[in-house]
Amino acid sequence: MKYLITIVAFMLMLLTIQACGNGEQSERSDASDTANGNELTDFELEHGFGPVTERLDIDEEIDMDKVAKGRNIYEMKCEMCHNMGSRMVGPPLGAITETRSPEFIMNFILNPSENVRKHPIGQALLREYMTEMPYQNVKEDEARAIVEYLRHYAETEL
Amino acid sequence: MSKSKKNKLRGLLLGAGFVAIAAFIFTGCPSQQGMMDRGDAAQKVYVAPGDHDEYYGFFSGGYSGQLSVWGLPSARFLKVIPVFSQDPETGYGYSEETKPLLQTSYGFIPWDDSHHPHISQTDGDADGRWIFINGNNTPRIARIDLQTFETKEILELPNTGGNHASSFVTSNTEYVIGATRFSIPYEMDLDVPIDSYSDEFRGALSFIEVDPESGRMEMDFQILVPPYNYDLGRAGKGQSSDWVFFTTYNTEEAHTMLEINASRNDKDYIAAVNWKRAAELVREGRGTTMDAYYYHNYYEGNQGIAINDVKDQVTVLTPEDGQDFIYFLPTPKSPHGVDIDPTGEYIVAGGKLATVIPVHSFSRMLEAIENRDFDGNVENIPILNYDTTIAGEVQDPGLGPLHTEFDSRGYAYTSVYISSEIVKWSLDTFEVVDRIDAYYSIGHLMITGGDTKNPDDLYLVGLTKTAKDRYLPTGPKQNHPAQLYDISGDRMELLLDFPTIGEPHYAQAIRADKISGNVAQIYEIEDNDHPYAIDRINQNRVERDGDVVRVYMGSTRSHFRPDNIEGIKVGDTVYFHLTNLEQEWDVVHGIAIKGANNSEILVAPGQTKTMKWEPKRTGIYPFYCTAFCSALHQEMQGYVRVSAADSDVELTWKTGTN
Ligand code: HEC
Ligand SMILES: [Cu+2]
Repeated sequence: MKYLITIVAFMLMLLTIQACGNGEQSERSDASDTANGNELTDFELEHGFGPVTERLDIDEEIDMDKVAKGRNIYEMKCEMCHNMGSRMVGPPLGAITETRSPEFIMNFILNPSENVRKHPIGQALLREYMTEMPYQNVKEDEARAIVEYLRHYAETEL
Repeated sequence: MSKSKKNKLRGLLLGAGFVAIAAFIFTGCPSQQGMMDRGDAAQKVYVAPGDHDEYYGFFSGGYSGQLSVWGLPSARFLKVIPVFSQDPETGYGYSEETKPLLQTSYGFIPWDDSHHPHISQTDGDADGRWIFINGNNTPRIARIDLQTFETKEILELPNTGGNHASSFVTSNTEYVIGATRFSIPYEMDLDVPIDSYSDEFRGALSFIEVDPESGRMEMDFQILVPPYNYDLGRAGKGQSSDWVFFTTYNTEEAHTMLEINASRNDKDYIAAVNWKRAAELVREGRGTTMDAYYYHNYYEGNQGIAINDVKDQVTVLTPEDGQDFIYFLPTPKSPHGVDIDPTGEYIVAGGKLATVIPVHSFSRMLEAIENRDFDGNVENIPILNYDTTIAGEVQDPGLGPLHTEFDSRGYAYTSVYISSEIVKWSLDTFEVVDRIDAYYSIGHLMITGGDTKNPDDLYLVGLTKTAKDRYLPTGPKQNHPAQLYDISGDRMELLLDFPTIGEPHYAQAIRADKISGNVAQIYEIEDNDHPYAIDRINQNRVERDGDVVRVYMGSTRSHFRPDNIEGIKVGDTVYFHLTNLEQEWDVVHGIAIKGANNSEILVAPGQTKTMKWEPKRTGIYPFYCTAFCSALHQEMQGYVRVSAADSDVELTWKTGTN
């Protein structure tokens, strides 16, 4: 009989401990990122993520005022990481206007972190260069001017 | 196992089982029982990871000389802002830019004792533009810019000993005040016997004007007062905002064993100063100009090297009969704090040896002045009658009341040092309504949003002097504690107890949104006006001028340019002017070089900082980035070759081609 009481008492004790165990499940947010390029629109695929969401109307002829402005900003905010003809912290940019659209380049300048995370080109670049390109506090019109400078470079220096 | 042992075991298990059941039935889950009380407190201070606190708290560093910044209510430690002491972590006081900030008329001083931070105000409310803090030992006031959380200016106070009653601002930051805690001869550098105290020594109350746009301070005038100890101060609010108040003790004019000799009088004074009237008198030319020697250190542009503006004169106003700008309010007994309620009507003193908390009425004070109801004067300062200005005395406040702050519902909260508690009392009845323990020996306290005309009613922080057993022991000296209380209800409730940095005397807390939206994330390269900055990497270079060598260096993750330098000689003075060309928030580079008798320097994005190096031996000196800035941070390094003084190694520098 005493054994029985002991056992019952013991089970009750276990029960109380059980009941007091934490019932709450810690919430886990499913941080599913859009890592696969499938969810990109056609525009994004070609021109990247960022504030530029439509094709720009860009004149064939180079605007030399923009080139001068773009060059100034490029030297100030880009040249420490990019060479024109060879790899440095980032990829060479001398011929970038021949492989990427102006909109892509601008979006990359204006919104690098989203592009290296979500865009297949950016993801591949990050894997290769292992440094994330920073947003360099460049305004949209300045990014446009940089594109002009890079176009001019490609036309005259290559 | 013997039978009796088995029985004992069974008995024990049985007993344990019953106790568990009984406990469960009567009290619920044991672990959650404790959490009902504490969980409530925990919830109130819980700020989820990634979320931000509701308040910035600025705690003085006391003998660390600095100012620490905390998030409240979580008590997250945010940063230390170096102010009066060198800080090897950031290079403050070691870099060429910041060394001039610590220059004084006594030479370079790497330390001070910082006591009372005070946030700039507009219309009686904290505006979050700047925070001022006093240096007590070698009297100074510093201004910290709350866009960058950096010390931008330090002003020395002339002819002052121990600037303790500082750095409180008036309602629109017209003035920051300072005062002499230790009276000294006012005349500059006067060499007299110490026992000439009453004849030769004087107190000085300082009024420092603040430029409303730039925040730049200027010593406007000092008021010459009797040789007492001027201990604490506060500016009036609302109706009293043209006034500032200082406590005095040692009206006995003792100069030795003050513990006894300065505790004889039943009453000392609160000095009430109409600063507006005093400033008018100064504008009318009623002040005199006296010799002085003091430093004013600040930056001229938004970056650059701080300059030393050395001053040799100060304007002094000596009270004359009938000038009507300063009065003494008799107050028991060696008062420490003087605090003004949000309406500006009540002037509350903390008489550390008094048995009551005396509360003066501002309107009665004005009335008494109007009626010329004086009880004599000292040195042309009229003395008011205690009975006419006093509005009430709080009875039984505990032993050693020091400082008072207020909520917006008509309650005052006074810290009481000896009995180590906080008492809450009503400004209506002057009766104590609640009290709670402080751990241990509380000094100042502060209320979030407080010392303004609109304090919040949420939290109170008590700043205590000893921790003893409150935390895990860390040696014979423990760090100073702070305690966070919930004051939103009828009863005060202790929420949190945490160790701080240095010895926080006073602290202030301001709603975070008054500051956070204005905080700079980078220094913009375009606005860098530092004389040795480069604004593009292709300007990197090394220049020699005699035996001074300047390295104009740029950094980006993960390299310096230049990173190979030759042609430095023993005996040269080398300045590394490092411009961090990053424009991304919080991407910092640092530099340190082997054998430098200096600290590293840390350079924020877009900033230029200078490390001075005087190589003493020939050889190859590696330098590297001290901040883990990127995946290739370990690659961020360079070499300097140091040759003999008479060598003819040419000065060259390069980056990038092996
Ligand atoms: C701190 C170094 C750094 C700075 C500064 C920098 N970049 Fe980059 N850049 C990179 C890296 C690294 C990549 C490769 C992507 C990555 O890893 O983030 C890159 C990629 C790019 C690309 C994409 C190249 C491609 O193949 O599509 C462009 C365009 C570009 N950068 C332009 C610029 C411009 C313009 C600036 C100045 C406004 C600039 N970068 C500033 C490091 C930098
Ligand atoms: Cu680095």
